[in-house]
Amino acid sequence: MIVEVRGLRKVYSGKQEVTAVDGIDLSVKPGEIYGLLGPNGAGKTTTISICTTRVIPTAGTVRIAGVDAVANPAISRRAIGVVPQYNTLDRACTISENIYFHCLFFGFSRAEAKARTTQLLDQFHLGERTKAYPSQLSGGLAQRVQIARAIAHRPKVLFLDEPSAGLDPQSRIAMWEAVRALREEGITVVLTTHYMEEADELCDRVAIIDHGKILVEDTPAALKNSVGAQKVYELHLRDRESIPALAATLAGYNGVSKAEPTGDGVRVLAHGADGLLAEVLAAAGPYGLRDLNITEASLETVFIQLTGRDLRE
Amino acid sequence: MSISTLPISQATHEATPGKWTVYGRAFAGLFVRDLYVLRREMFPFIIRVCMNPLLFLFVFTYIMPHMSGGAAMNPTAQMAASGGGNFSTVLLPGLMAVAIMFSGIAAVALPLSQEFGVTREIDDRVMCPLPVGAIALEKIVFSSLQSMIAAAVVFPLAYYVPSTPVAAHVSSWPFLLAVLVLASLVAGALGLTIGTAVNPKQIGLIFGVVVMPITFLGCVYYPWAALKGMPFIKYGVLVNPIVYMSEGLRAALTPGAHMPEPLILGMLCFFLALLTWLGMRGFLRRVVG
Ligand SMILES: Nc1ncnc2c1ncn2[C@@H]1O[C@H](COP(=O)(O)OP(=O)(O)OP(=O)(O)O)[C@@H](O)[C@H]1O
Ligand SMILES: [Mg+2]
Repeated sequence: MIVEVRGLRKVYSGKQEVTAVDGIDLSVKPGEIYGLLGPNGAGKTTTISICTTRVIPTAGTVRIAGVDAVANPAISRRAIGVVPQYNTLDRACTISENIYFHCLFFGFSRAEAKARTTQLLDQFHLGERTKAYPSQLSGGLAQRVQIARAIAHRPKVLFLDEPSAGLDPQSRIAMWEAVRALREEGITVVLTTHYMEEADELCDRVAIIDHGKILVEDTPAALKNSVGAQKVYELHLRDRESIPALAATLAGYNGVSKAEPTGDGVRVLAHGADGLLAEVLAAAGPYGLRDLNITEASLETVFIQLTGRDLRE
Repeated sequence: MSISTLPISQATHEATPGKWTVYGRAFAGLFVRDLYVLRREMFPFIIRVCMNPLLFLFVFTYIMPHMSGGAAMNPTAQMAASGGGNFSTVLLPGLMAVAIMFSGIAAVALPLSQEFGVTREIDDRVMCPLPVGAIALEKIVFSSLQSMIAAAVVFPLAYYVPSTPVAAHVSSWPFLLAVLVLASLVAGALGLTIGTAVNPKQIGLIFGVVVMPITFLGCVYYPWAALKGMPFIKYGVLVNPIVYMSEGLRAALTPGAHMPEPLILGMLCFFLALLTWLGMRGFLRRVVG
């Protein structure tokens, strides 16, 4: 295991005590892309900050590539690359200088640093903007520079906090590609996100985290399988009184693995049976069916099943 | 995206260097980066360093002595009369002390509060393979270099601008060097303390609340010995580190009365320890959660 977290807790003391991380265990295998998926305030950033030695845990241990990161922060940083939630590029230096000096900080000689900078600028398609300053870059480009800089010292693990926050769809896809390429290089990636598509697309394994606890952890496929359904029908009804009754009826149908009341209707988890949709519609019709949403079962479904809440709430 | 491996760097990074080598290189790297940025911003740096002593010398030691009927307004004449040597001579060490202290504020406190408040660049610097305290230490050391340059710039100005020549004479080079280095480090530590203790939104206030008072009550424009008629002030100003900077330079550079030299060195060391400790503590609290 390249990243091993045991019994991690972080309590922020202040006017109001906040338990940001509440007993987290993580094991990340070398070479995988590992995702922490959770809503705002779940404790993702805090977990990553502890792993990257920026925050001291209240309890628990972190080992990165075998080194105790809490006891030896300075040394363990050699194995860690970090891209935080916000832009931390050195405003006084150009893009290539940002990477070059980063290499110097990590003990490269000047010649090595120069060679590594050239190579990274090339790898991340930054060749045209080498002399630009960070303030002149678009969000997507700045993100790419940050990733290039973070891996410049050849860390074993790269931590990305909300890498696609604020990126347009095109930059997001470019970022995904860059992250996949890192895996080819043998760099383990741990990222946080609250986009389930991102966790699904990009990650080999995903831990769903809420209120500082890990609820489940598995491959995206296995997590989606765990709900026992391929389709989710969201029924929105006018007649709210009879929602529980309808849910009970639908739950008995062949092909329905679960039917549960929601605020204004019923959520039906279905594993493909022919003609089920027609039956569901027929049953719901008398209650004033306003609207119907059909989606593939996703990590979002898993999250809702676990917490009763939407990821976005 | 293909990866061309670099055999040289691969080799050096396979062999894990010792802890102190890693720290040393990271520290040197930070220093080189700061030097590089300073070199590029040489022009604004020089302006910042020259302006204050230049104007001060110009107004008080050139314009004033030339004013018609200016004897009453002329500090040079009054100082000479009260036996404190001419005013240019009093000003030389004082302005050097101010230059040193200003540099500490401008090189550490202002950028640091900017980084804590807005840019968060510091978060990346903190990820260097170096204990966080040493990153703060690098800021102090680099700022002291700027302070020494700033102090050196005062010298030619004080030589050419005043209408009455400055009576400067170095009696002991080692003492001068010790004062210069200690004062510059104290200034960096003061900058670190202010930069980490003051809320970034209020950093503008420190000029009024801290910098001005410690300058005017820092024996910059008058020698400490000249305060003998006002014991309350004479002993009150002793809590001000600038006093030891200006008196130290005064003792090292100019003839005339000044504080005892061991006291100066001792107090500079004391303030260096105190402010470094306060600054480091503040820095740690700011960057490590
Ligand atoms: N420095 C701090 N002091 C006090 N409380 C904090 C601090 N940092 C975070 N918290 C609290 O800890 C909890 C977890 O925060 P964290 O930033 O880890 O969440 P997150 O999962 O990264 O959320 P987001 O998706 O918004 O980035 C939140 O309730 C937050 O208010
Ligand atoms: Mg976060």
